[in-house]
Amino acid sequence: MMNPGEYFIEGNIACAEAAMKAGVKFFGGYPITPASEIMNHLSDELPKVGGRFVQMEDEIASIASVIGSSWTGLKSMTATSGPGFSLMQENLGYAVMTETPCVIVNVQRAGPSTGQATKPGTGDVMQSRFGSQGDYEIIALSPNSAQEMFDQTVRAFNLAERYRTPVVMLADAGVGQMREKVTIPGEVEVEERKRPTSDEKEFFDTDDEDYVPPMPDFGDGYELLVTGSTHLGDGTRDTASFSAQDRLVRRLVAKIEENRTEIEDWEEHHVEGADLVVVSYGSMSRPAKGAVQKAREDGKDVGFFRPKTMWPSPEKRLKEIGKNSKVLLVELSLRGYRMEVERCVGSEDFYVHDRLNSLPTIEEVHQKIEEVLR
Amino acid sequence: MINAEMIKEKYVRNHPSPFCPGCGGGMVLNAMSRAVEKSGLEKEDVAAVSGIGCAAWIPSPHWRVDTLHTTHGRAVAFASGIKIANRDLEVMVVSGDGDCAGIGGNHLLHGARNNIDLNVLMVNNGLYAMTGGQVAPTTEHGEETLTTPHGNPSSSFEAAEVVKAAGASHVARWTTYHMDELIEEVEKAINTEGFSFIEVLAQCPTRKGKKEGMDGLDMLEWYKNNTSKEKDRDKLYVGTLADIERPELTQEIYRQIEGFRGD
Repeated sequence: MMNPGEYFIEGNIACAEAAMKAGVKFFGGYPITPASEIMNHLSDELPKVGGRFVQMEDEIASIASVIGSSWTGLKSMTATSGPGFSLMQENLGYAVMTETPCVIVNVQRAGPSTGQATKPGTGDVMQSRFGSQGDYEIIALSPNSAQEMFDQTVRAFNLAERYRTPVVMLADAGVGQMREKVTIPGEVEVEERKRPTSDEKEFFDTDDEDYVPPMPDFGDGYELLVTGSTHLGDGTRDTASFSAQDRLVRRLVAKIEENRTEIEDWEEHHVEGADLVVVSYGSMSRPAKGAVQKAREDGKDVGFFRPKTMWPSPEKRLKEIGKNSKVLLVELSLRGYRMEVERCVGSEDFYVHDRLNSLPTIEEVHQKIEEVLR
Repeated sequence: MINAEMIKEKYVRNHPSPFCPGCGGGMVLNAMSRAVEKSGLEKEDVAAVSGIGCAAWIPSPHWRVDTLHTTHGRAVAFASGIKIANRDLEVMVVSGDGDCAGIGGNHLLHGARNNIDLNVLMVNNGLYAMTGGQVAPTTEHGEETLTTPHGNPSSSFEAAEVVKAAGASHVARWTTYHMDELIEEVEKAINTEGFSFIEVLAQCPTRKGKKEGMDGLDMLEWYKNNTSKEKDRDKLYVGTLADIERPELTQEIYRQIEGFRGD
């Protein structure tokens, strides 16, 4: 593990280092470009801090091992990219249903299918929210620098523990494989999962205001019933009753939805009263922000807005922006976040600059800004 | 003193059973419980993992230990995570033949290759019972099932032989007719440091027995008459197929971690 200080490292290395700082003690994964550096680094470093590293036979097994590990009380994670993320979808839903804290890093590459393994893309935004079957809500974060690969990985673990849910780190090849300055702090703020007090017997239902039930470990003697089937508060499977399905699924959704103001995070500049607000995220937000700065130097009233949580989306803020300004979404995919942003800001005065395969120049985005303002 | 009453009291949840009359599932539950009791393990040190299907319901919700009822075919992978994360837990996997050797076949192979210290009971009824009796990787060539109404055009494989070839420390086959041997074998599996795989032929009177005019008891008779503890060409061999020492994954991982610790 790196000592506190400033380093010139890849985003993927920053992610691995942050995971150890946040207390990860289990990594189960399978190699895939452009995420492999995370597992390569952890295979070397994790045993040195007492953590278990295992390379599994595929991505389905990887996330399965992570969920199993989490039930013994260890902070657990995996890292992958598009094709592997697709394979993980069923067990991602299992982690949602069983309320198992874990972190899944998806260093997105250009898709669909095998696509372009070494090229960045953000086409998995909707998949990260809707990829597994059934009704659920998820937390997905979007870093735009190597430093944020560090900072948001720490936050991903904290949110997973706090809300007893899988958290997806929606990175992209741009931020994962880019080298830049990263400051590694001495200490980071670390959250731990809610544990049961002695008299509790229900670990899958709660009247707590945050909708998060306490979670014991395997081996604690609770004779736990953990199942991906619909279950009652004590874990007993109930695959038929209306009340069991209604109470459980509504609570799982409410757990994220009702806590969204605590979860939502974004960066914004000069948004108030702007003629145009550029919305962008991930590595694409770097040239987008540069173009906004250039337009402002020209005296144009252009703002910048960057969601750091993709899910839950900063819905309320986007709606306010849409009411007062034109919106230009700049993204590294054709269908990435478009539906959600358009839903929030409205179709009127909504513009898109999309690009595939690689980041645009600042000039390219700037031209689009000029075009929209004309 | 081990008797039916104390086994039921200590190991079985007071929960309505979803099993059909005459099902072999309860007999497997009984054998696992008695083996754990005989081994001297504390219940809180036992974790049971299962996938999807009738056999997956043997531990969940019946067995009074920590249970993880997972997705179809993935029990060995989930169980591997538990074992690597906490090696003090004795991890049992209960999986049907379709769950274990069909959809989960790759995890089974690699669990055996890793020789990870899990105890896998593959409860083999020869078809997909929960969904109505479709053909499985263990269904004999030519056999009629719900999805092979004109006879099974594909052939079965011997899962136990495959697991043996993949490198598991301990491999055995028994049936629900051989309860004493099965209990002893599960206890052996618990005491084996490495991947233990026990195929248990278990009767499904509802999906398999009915179409062949047999009830649960007839099926036990069939197991008795068609298996042999001696290698006999005309009968299915029951007994130990492999008992070898090989490096075990969890211990190897911990050995590396301990190598970095304070020395």
